[in-house]
Amino acid sequence: MLQDVIEAGNGDMIVNVGPQHPATHGVLHLVITIHGETIKKVEPHLGYIHRSIEKMCESLTYRQFIYVTSRMDYLSSHINNHACALLTEKALQIEVPERAQYIRVIMDELTRLASHQLWWGAMAMDIGALTPFFLAFREREMINDIMEETCGARLTMNYMVPGGVMFDIHPNFVQKVKEFNAHFKQKIDEYDELLTGNIIFQNRMKGVGVLSKEDAISFGCTGPTARASGVSCDIRKLFPYEVYDKVSFKECMATEGDSFARYVVRLEEMKESMRIIDQLIDNIPEGEIQGKTKAVLKPPKGEFYTRVETARGELGVYVVSEGATTPYRIKFRSPGFSNLSALDHIARGQKLGDLVAMMGTLDLVIPDIDR
Amino acid sequence: MSFIRQYLSDVISGVKSLLTGMRLTGKYFIKHKETNITQQYPDNRQELFAGLPDRFRGEVVMSHDDNNEHACTGCTACELACPNGTIKIVTKFDMTPEGKKKKAIDKFVYHLELCTMCNLCIEACPTSAIKMAQNFEHSVFDRRDLTKVLNKPGSKVREGVE
Ligand code: SF4
Ligand code: SF4
Repeated sequence: MLQDVIEAGNGDMIVNVGPQHPATHGVLHLVITIHGETIKKVEPHLGYIHRSIEKMCESLTYRQFIYVTSRMDYLSSHINNHACALLTEKALQIEVPERAQYIRVIMDELTRLASHQLWWGAMAMDIGALTPFFLAFREREMINDIMEETCGARLTMNYMVPGGVMFDIHPNFVQKVKEFNAHFKQKIDEYDELLTGNIIFQNRMKGVGVLSKEDAISFGCTGPTARASGVSCDIRKLFPYEVYDKVSFKECMATEGDSFARYVVRLEEMKESMRIIDQLIDNIPEGEIQGKTKAVLKPPKGEFYTRVETARGELGVYVVSEGATTPYRIKFRSPGFSNLSALDHIARGQKLGDLVAMMGTLDLVIPDIDR
Repeated sequence: MSFIRQYLSDVISGVKSLLTGMRLTGKYFIKHKETNITQQYPDNRQELFAGLPDRFRGEVVMSHDDNNEHACTGCTACELACPNGTIKIVTKFDMTPEGKKKKAIDKFVYHLELCTMCNLCIEACPTSAIKMAQNFEHSVFDRRDLTKVLNKPGSKVREGVE
């Protein structure tokens, strides 16, 4: 590639961003061809954090492989675990008690909130505003405390087990979640005040990195990235799992497809997540937290697929079972990978300085892209 | 003319939007003392440890009572449940008073450096012999220090635990 650029002799340059770069938040390596300030091509190089999670899962039992998936998209670790638990339940036709379903959905939404808060702070930091980062972490800390109290860990909770959840909720859980919701409802306006209306921020985001609806579909983008381009793809709405069909929430959409639209969609999603939690938190039914399962889980022969909506988009888990205690083949369809593939397309013709804003609003989590 | 007017109104609204953000930052600058959220670790170690929730998963430990007895029968359920091969159970044969051979645990080897604190071993244990401790400061100078034997020297299984 370097050879091509030298031979062309038209003043193009190659710039490496990463693998160690503060704006990529992980070991993402982008090889960028630029002409002056204008990006001509972005080529992501992956593999720096490949841990072969799919292969690892093939040697773990259906109870054990759930925990590994926390290490993929570590910001939505709950939701990743959820997808795997759902798959085992589907394969073995395990009934999940209603109480566990409610707890799972509340946890999912709290994770989504925490993930979006981190994204908001980190993205603002990437484009040069440091204050939002601290505000976002203040709220995220409250969620982490809730998680720590009920699940026992702050980031890689491993709270889902096939058939339900590992422990019952902590006695303080309901109270704390309500406190958090009340607190965050006030503070989310500060987010708008500080950043959304800011003229510098708007000028850097509006009209930058436009992804059209057709392109979003053809690149396989999902989640807020695709919804900002007008693609309706919320798995929670289209293929409801657990109790998502019982709660009312809006699928946040925009049509512009630029960085600012992606930003607005994520902010709206935070408000919707709070609405979902509000509807569920008072109505957690009494009952069991785990369905009846055998000690050794042996799904029947066949192929199984489940999907969930993580904070970044659609996560699909595909398992081929040979009737043994471990999966024969497992494949994860991760949202980050597809969203990253759109980066080259939206960055062409834009300025190098805007690349960071585009990467920020795609919300890339590198271990999710590179399993 | 309309171009100049547009230009000026853009400048004014732009400056206004900047001041809105500055006002918020200024507010926090003045009253940051009450809303301080950063912690001075390790100065606050004591409070931090006291405030850790009971469920927090720091490391696997085996609970012993006052008679130096534990509840581990050496059934290896935890070893099988662990996804990382963190636990190795070494068993031996004890003589019961009736002169029969009885399987018992010799060493419960725990490799802290491999443990992901997933809690699966604790869920699997039929006698609740092991539990999670809240200690999170695991840095050591020598990697070998991370391999621990969890049953205390001279300890034996509690009467009546099968
Ligand atoms: S917590 Fe998990 S990784 Fe650690 S010893 Fe127990 S089962 Fe193994
Ligand atoms: S700790 Fe529990 S599961 Fe492990 S060997 Fe002892 S009794 Fe069995």
